Amino acid sequence: MKIKLQNKIAINIIRIIAALVVVILLFLLGDILISGVPHISWHFLTSASQSFASGGGIGVQLFNSIYLLLLTLIISFPISLGAGIFLSEYAPKNIFTSIVRMAIEVLSSLPSVVVGLFGFLLFVVQFQMGFSILSGAIALTFFNLPLLTRNIEESLRAVPDLQREAGMALGLSKWRTVTRVILPEALPGIITGVVLGAGRVFGEAAALIYTAGQSATNIDFGNWNPFNAASPLNLMRPAETLAVHIWKINSEGVMPDASAVSAGASAVLIIVVLLFNIFARIIGNSLYRKLTATK
Amino acid sequence: MDEFITTSDVHLYYGKKEALKGINLSFPAKGINALIGPSGCGKSTYLRMLNRMNDLIPQVTTTGSVKINGVDIYSPKTDTVDLRKKVGMVFQQPNPFPFSIYENVTYGLRIAGVKDKQLLDERVEHSLKQAAVWDEVKDDLHKSALSLSGGQQQRVCIARVLAVQPDVILLDEPTSALDPVSSGLIEDMLLTIRDKYTIIIVTHNLQQASRISDRTAFFLNGELIEAGKTKRVFLNPQRQETDDYISGRFG
Repeated sequence: MKIKLQNKIAINIIRIIAALVVVILLFLLGDILISGVPHISWHFLTSASQSFASGGGIGVQLFNSIYLLLLTLIISFPISLGAGIFLSEYAPKNIFTSIVRMAIEVLSSLPSVVVGLFGFLLFVVQFQMGFSILSGAIALTFFNLPLLTRNIEESLRAVPDLQREAGMALGLSKWRTVTRVILPEALPGIITGVVLGAGRVFGEAAALIYTAGQSATNIDFGNWNPFNAASPLNLMRPAETLAVHIWKINSEGVMPDASAVSAGASAVLIIVVLLFNIFARIIGNSLYRKLTATK
Repeated sequence: MDEFITTSDVHLYYGKKEALKGINLSFPAKGINALIGPSGCGKSTYLRMLNRMNDLIPQVTTTGSVKINGVDIYSPKTDTVDLRKKVGMVFQQPNPFPFSIYENVTYGLRIAGVKDKQLLDERVEHSLKQAAVWDEVKDDLHKSALSLSGGQQQRVCIARVLAVQPDVILLDEPTSALDPVSSGLIEDMLLTIRDKYTIIIVTHNLQQASRISDRTAFFLNGELIEAGKTKRVFLNPQRQETDDYISGRFG
């Protein structure tokens, strides 16, 4: 009887904790969405921000955030994929590998402010790249790389060794075994990692304040020549992102509707992360199904 | 005698531990050979040495000479990828790739560059028939191989090996994770392909060894105790250890 009672108590405590987490999250999400969604309009999403007058939008910041996220993923994904494959499949157990692992762990616990200041000193000042999307994307790569590498390594490692033996025994080279058997199996885990990383990158402010800058220059959405300074695709223009914008209007915003803009921008940020999440999962699942023929 | 596989004075070390202590053993072309012995006697290690799967384990050193069809497979010139196409392997746990049945069976071929759809289709049907699983899966070739039962998975794994048309098939306790019916199907299947391949099977099941194999080798503590025609080894063992093992006095 006593054991059954213990069991019941334990299960209920766990249930309460789980419910608590859900309630807190729902409260937080609900609060942000309820106060923010009423301010979202097509005008708000597409027009430029105002520094002093009310009625400013977040069009440029929204575009900057998404562009920066894509750039960061384009830079960091191939690097972490390579590093993850090396660490999980090829790395011998020696001092060099353990140093690499330790470096990744240290890097992943680096505060984002430090990453931002490092990016500022190295890219913005030393390499004279100025406050630019490129500086921001590289800083975010530093920020994203350790987590993504770690995630890819773990996802690959989780594939049973039997699969590696099956591939090798069939006369597949090690590289083929890794890329054609192990990688497809690890794909769902890798996608989860990319999505989590993307959420962090999208919401990141501290690392960007000193690298991508705090000013949203007016950009001309009719001009898609990446070498033109007014083009949305230009890599060297300063680019305030959504998260930085929220931080800025809350700390020094002087427009009359600052709190409304901030609430609206926060809601948009959360919705975009959510959409990205869903989107990435749909793509990932269909890719996985295609690769593995699971229905 | 015309030997297809010859191993002379093979020693294998895991680090400092000697797992094979000078094995001299050879197998003629075609037919089923069983390797028996208690756990840890070195029979699986010996089997995995024949397609150099032990290379994957760090700190393994192998000495001695291993020749398959006259070629020294441990010479520095040997390409293990080519070797493993000639020497296929089936494992204890069924390990199909997480792809469709069709893709599992054609994987080795397609990686080798075969694109001809008709040839692939033929080979799939032929291999699955040889592996005695065709009738059960022919209607869902594009279903995931992971959705099959363990016994079916194992036969698909065997078909996957047969599809690349190896000379030698190594089976490492292929039925020990399966139920008796599935095991029986695999045994029957092996008997039907014994004339086409040189088959070496590691088994803990002495009845299985005596039922299907032409020759049997008995390993103990990393040494080859006795090898010969299965009937002779089982009915008239020449060493006391063999007699003790097959009559169940130890092991």
